[in-house]
Amino acid sequence: MQTQTITSPSDVKKETIRISGSEAVVRCLIEEGVQTIYGYPGGAIMPVYDELFKFQDQIHHVLTRHEQGATHAAQGYARVSGKVGVAMATSGPGATNLITGIADAQIDSTPMVCITGQVPSHLLGSDAFQETDIVGISTPVTKWNCQVTKAADIPEVIAKAFYIAKSGRPGPVLIDITKDAQFEEFDFSYTKCEKIRSYNPVPKCDDQSLQAAAELINNAKKPFVVWGQGVILGEAEKEFQAFIEKAGIPSAWTILGASAIPTSHPLNVGMVGMHGNYAPNVLTNECDILIAIGMRFDDRVTGRLNDYAKQAKVIHFEIDPAEVDKNVKTEVSVLGDAKENLQKILPLINENTHEEWHQQFKDLYTIEYDKIISKDLHPTKDGLTMGEVLKEINTNTDGKAVVVTDVGQHQMIACRYADFKESKSNITSGGLGTMGFCLPAAIGAKMGAPEREVVAICGDGGYQMTIQELGTIFQQKLAVKIVVLNNDFLGMVRQWQQLFFDKRYASTEMINPDFVAIAKGYYLNARRVEKREDLAEAVQEMIASKEPYFLEVRVEKEDNVFPMIPSGASVSEIRLD
Amino acid sequence: MSTEKQLFTVSVYTENNIGLLNRISAIFQRSHINIESLNTSPSEIKGVSRFTIVVYVSEVNMKKIIGQIEKQVEVIKAFYHNDEDTIYQVSGLFKIKSDLLFEERQIQNIIKESGARIVTVNKEFFVLEKSGRKEEVELLYRELSVFGIMQFTRSGRIAVTKDEMKISTMLAAFTN
Repeated sequence: MQTQTITSPSDVKKETIRISGSEAVVRCLIEEGVQTIYGYPGGAIMPVYDELFKFQDQIHHVLTRHEQGATHAAQGYARVSGKVGVAMATSGPGATNLITGIADAQIDSTPMVCITGQVPSHLLGSDAFQETDIVGISTPVTKWNCQVTKAADIPEVIAKAFYIAKSGRPGPVLIDITKDAQFEEFDFSYTKCEKIRSYNPVPKCDDQSLQAAAELINNAKKPFVVWGQGVILGEAEKEFQAFIEKAGIPSAWTILGASAIPTSHPLNVGMVGMHGNYAPNVLTNECDILIAIGMRFDDRVTGRLNDYAKQAKVIHFEIDPAEVDKNVKTEVSVLGDAKENLQKILPLINENTHEEWHQQFKDLYTIEYDKIISKDLHPTKDGLTMGEVLKEINTNTDGKAVVVTDVGQHQMIACRYADFKESKSNITSGGLGTMGFCLPAAIGAKMGAPEREVVAICGDGGYQMTIQELGTIFQQKLAVKIVVLNNDFLGMVRQWQQLFFDKRYASTEMINPDFVAIAKGYYLNARRVEKREDLAEAVQEMIASKEPYFLEVRVEKEDNVFPMIPSGASVSEIRLD
Repeated sequence: MSTEKQLFTVSVYTENNIGLLNRISAIFQRSHINIESLNTSPSEIKGVSRFTIVVYVSEVNMKKIIGQIEKQVEVIKAFYHNDEDTIYQVSGLFKIKSDLLFEERQIQNIIKESGARIVTVNKEFFVLEKSGRKEEVELLYRELSVFGIMQFTRSGRIAVTKDEMKISTMLAAFTN
């Protein structure tokens, strides 16, 4: 441990108690305010589990059915609560099973601390039973990681882990603790980490940049905001809303930015990106000032970069300096905390309404509504659409539910049509596109926000990747509402095969099991809907239930999600059919 | 900014931690960039390490890589420079049969002209050390290889910059 941390002087002289490394792990978690952790025991982490048993009145350990589920649950928990999610696993396969969730948390900036057991230090590098170099394996997908071989290092490393996971642009941290360090006794005391000298989580914004940004915004004829998850992670929702309302700027969201302001807000013009709304995509290439706030110009958002907003001057509010000019060249970058910078810029900007510019968004919305939205939400054909299921969920939850989605067609439909009223209501795997994310993430979401309705919406493909977590839902008695939109296809891949591979449906058709029987096998209430006339009542019954509930909706097999910006096309080339 | 590939020397000031080399080299690997040479050593500041990494890459990509490196928790600061902005050296070691020193008179001239230094001599072999630009070490290699070289190795580039590195000021500012 050579990294220099700086702690507040008042905490320096603390009384110590002599305890084992494993007890220290649990006490550190308690010191960090952790109440819930997700994990799976095994040989190399057993001393810590023994302590968790002793401290079970203070920390609730949730046994998931697979370590991947533990990470996604920790992510779901973190995303709804704003707290750090914690996952725990043993060495070897336990540790490697965490990797998908860690990579997901890294690309989606989710604060998470993973703790893995490791073989005793004298066996490191010897190919011991269940030994794997998890620090080496997790390096490219963690914000920070560290192996601990001495009990005395545990408090400082865990303190750093929580500080790093949560501060600045959040991310996952992994701590690997050898079994001998868990057994070893030492004099324990705990001091929270407040600073690391080599780490500057929130870069300072200079007033000049804010002035320059304000001037561009004040002179803009067609300003356009695209916001991302940074608004939510920075808890800047109110400041953001005040900013766009004062400047009268039409604003669109990336998938992870969804729900930061209500869907029905008059300045909310929808989602950008591959399956986003028509108006914000098309008008990206007509705005004169593009204001990006807490987003990173992912390729699914920008389409072909050479034709992305070339006419516009770009202002980028961003906490991570590495994102500035990474994909899109900015005119003005406003580095730092979104909340602070939005507060500071508010008095510098003029009130405006930009009515004509707004009308352009409304006109294009009408086109999208007629061609797509009306058919998705009010279909006249026989087969059920995913959109009408979302409409029913909106009606029955009054838009107050946390919507957890997997990856694919249902995800795009859910994000397009969910009627969000509160922030932190959209939990999905955005950057990594992890199928199997939804069900375990919904577990974490329900535990992170127990007072809220949590609706997990999955496709039939992703659902089966982590279906075993039904066992966790049953054991924990979590009133998660699970909806599988079943089209017996890996729908999004099938859509691409239809459009770009001449309908050669290579390995996308699924012969599915009886999902209702499986749910019932886990003692869950379960129901299947195949006809439109049953849908409303079934969704109503599901939402009214105080218990976990599984609903399978058989939807049209070969529906496509539109609009669509084909891969490599420009946002202007968005297709309506 | 140029999109043409050129040679850059990257200097990274870091904490001295296990695994950081892996973390930094992974950033290059991820972008499919070959590392031409890499050296780690202490720096002018106690407890702070300095990486010197040479890569052949466009400036556009170089800037992005620097951003990714600086983002690492234990990295204090990263810079990139081209050859004009740095003073740089490599070092080569040559192990050669001692007999040749007497049998091949030319070798003595080559050693003299190259400015190489004899590190050690014994009955079996002698070791030459040559510091300088990579090309100078390569030239000596070519000249000596005619006679047979028992072993050869060349270090990675080490470099200092012509401009000032304000690491101490940065660290002081952050610690306070």
